Amino acid sequence: MNNLTIRNGRVIDPANKVDTVRDVYVRDGKIAAEPAPDAIVVDAAGLVVTPGLIDLHVHLREPGRSDKETIETGTRCAAFGGFTSVVCMPNTSPAADNTGTIAFIKQRAEAVGCVNVLPTGAITKNLEGAELAPIGSLKRAGIVAITDDGHCVQSNEIMRRALEYAKMFELPLMDHCQDNNLVSDGVMHEGYWSHLLGLKGWPSIGEEIIVARNIMLAEQVDWHVHCQHLSSAGSVRLVREAKKRGVKIFAEACPHHFTLTDESCKGYDANFKMSPPLREPRDVEAILEGLADGTIEVICSDHAPHCAFEKEVEFDKAPFGILGLETELALSLMALVHKKLLTLPQLVEKFTTGPARLLRLDKGTLSVGADADITVMDPAREWVYDVNQTSSKSRNTPFHGWAMKGKAVTTIVGGRVVWPKK
Amino acid sequence: MNWTRKDLIAIEDLRPEEIVHVLDTALTFEEVGQRDVKKVPALRGKTMVNLFIEPSTRTRTSFELAAHRLSADVVNIMATASSITKGETLKDTALNLQALHADIIVIRHSSAGAAKFLADRLDVSVINAGDGAHEHPTQALLDAFTIRQKKGRIAGLNVTILGDILYSRVARSNIHLLTKLGANVTLAGPSTLVPRVFEQLGCRVCYNVEEAIADADVINLLRIQHERQRQTMFPSIGEYATIFGLTKERFARTKPDALIMHPGPINRGVEIDSDLADCKRSVILQQVSHGLAVRMAVLYLCASVQPVEEAA
Repeated sequence: MNNLTIRNGRVIDPANKVDTVRDVYVRDGKIAAEPAPDAIVVDAAGLVVTPGLIDLHVHLREPGRSDKETIETGTRCAAFGGFTSVVCMPNTSPAADNTGTIAFIKQRAEAVGCVNVLPTGAITKNLEGAELAPIGSLKRAGIVAITDDGHCVQSNEIMRRALEYAKMFELPLMDHCQDNNLVSDGVMHEGYWSHLLGLKGWPSIGEEIIVARNIMLAEQVDWHVHCQHLSSAGSVRLVREAKKRGVKIFAEACPHHFTLTDESCKGYDANFKMSPPLREPRDVEAILEGLADGTIEVICSDHAPHCAFEKEVEFDKAPFGILGLETELALSLMALVHKKLLTLPQLVEKFTTGPARLLRLDKGTLSVGADADITVMDPAREWVYDVNQTSSKSRNTPFHGWAMKGKAVTTIVGGRVVWPKK
Repeated sequence: MNWTRKDLIAIEDLRPEEIVHVLDTALTFEEVGQRDVKKVPALRGKTMVNLFIEPSTRTRTSFELAAHRLSADVVNIMATASSITKGETLKDTALNLQALHADIIVIRHSSAGAAKFLADRLDVSVINAGDGAHEHPTQALLDAFTIRQKKGRIAGLNVTILGDILYSRVARSNIHLLTKLGANVTLAGPSTLVPRVFEQLGCRVCYNVEEAIADADVINLLRIQHERQRQTMFPSIGEYATIFGLTKERFARTKPDALIMHPGPINRGVEIDSDLADCKRSVILQQVSHGLAVRMAVLYLCASVQPVEEAA
């Protein structure tokens, strides 16, 4: 029975420019204009009701590394975090460069996923950057974008052709911006701290030069390139300038990049190791600024689970990446809304209309007839993140023990309450 | 003063008086090396493990001899012979050594932070014998011991470290130690290997060798670390020797009492003229001798603060 009446919440629906206290009705899993007679009432007085949040960048690790995460456990993290849709990256094993893998992911998501799973496909075969993946067939199999996330396409020629080809299928291209020559075996931001700690540097220019390349290709081909997880001030500036010229360039930021700096690496704890790396205070400021002025239109987690034994090694030997789905909303509220850099409706856009517009989804809205994906949150609720209570199969977070402010209290997918679990 | 550290991980962690205390303690151990019977019972019954997950001859031998002179038992574990090559993690290797009741683990590792990684997880003493490009604390201590012996002081001296600073743990430990004790530190070498960011550690950065060594009381030469280097940092060894090597001509224009130091191994004809390496003002081999006394002091101090577990 997917009939609900969500009563008396502050409804923030940026897609319809709504910010008012009212009821939201769900009938048969869709947003409705009138209440169903047998609707279950959810009291949202004092709470905020938004379209279900979308995370544009997660790693669910299935197929191939279900010891780190599965579609089942990863989507449970999403539900806890207030996310009703997650866009999963193609660096599975086998890589999502074939229709079989996409079909598998969709099937598993249908069977055990508790939120919507929107798969992406690879740009190149096995993410190797050499030959195009069957992008058209992947589109037919149901992907929402192409990306070689984690493996930036180094060849400008391949990138150009991928973009031209993807345009034909109206598929946005998302790129992990990293020049492999400049980054080489860097493990943390190149700067004061990397030099002090004796760790090899992952310089900002290694990201910026690819952002610049992507801007030029997006302009040349006149098609959407989305730069993933921007980490440096220079990247933000490049994207801002290009947007002013009308280039179809988009960008996302992750909470760790606007809440932590490279100084955090000083204890050699690999829970602070991710790619791109944590950078300097001025980079954090630039990302916050980019989010505030609209240069960066999406916030996502880059949820990247790794087993404890893989992370508990020498810093330079540990894999890149951290968990993020469960802490993302609170960290964003704290860094942006509570600090008054963004209004709450503006933040909601980063999780709803931002990703929905890029992917051309009819989600991220409370319009009548849309899927009843709804997040009810209490932006002021104080809680402490205890990773030992996580739904994830992994524990790799730098935010364990953090005092948080802001929490999703009810997550609804297709009219069904998926969080809290009954 | 009261020494309270069971581990020696980084000079950066030490207070100036702690550094001086190690140097003073080393002085008393140096005297032991001049006796007929070069052995004291200070660490009798203790076991020291040399865990060398990166090749080294000088440092390993020095720690081994130092432990023998303190009457400790010594086990050497080399990377090639250990379980590391079979896929065991550093954490598991270390926990196994602790389970075998080792009292001191001396670790040499190619990863920065490896010594701290062990110290964070083990109750036994952990001594850093070099972790990646991070620190090599006993090298800096023996360098300071040598400077103090030759010059009578460290404060106010001009020390120039010349060579590959970027990849050098010796440079980092020396920078911390010398600045803490009040020396003026100049770093010199190719700009690709001596980034300006080191100025933030209180050093002068200089790309002209003549200028960098003109007022130096001590010139500490570093080897070009081929094994740790990205391949793009300078054109060739030949060009390095020409532009940055310590030649006789360059050395002739320094202060008449300037000392030449080098942590070894030296590359004759590259960073240093072969004759200069053997000249009177070169204290390279004395550094090696002092290493023994300094490592005895470190082992003695760190192993002595361990809580002695009495049978209940």
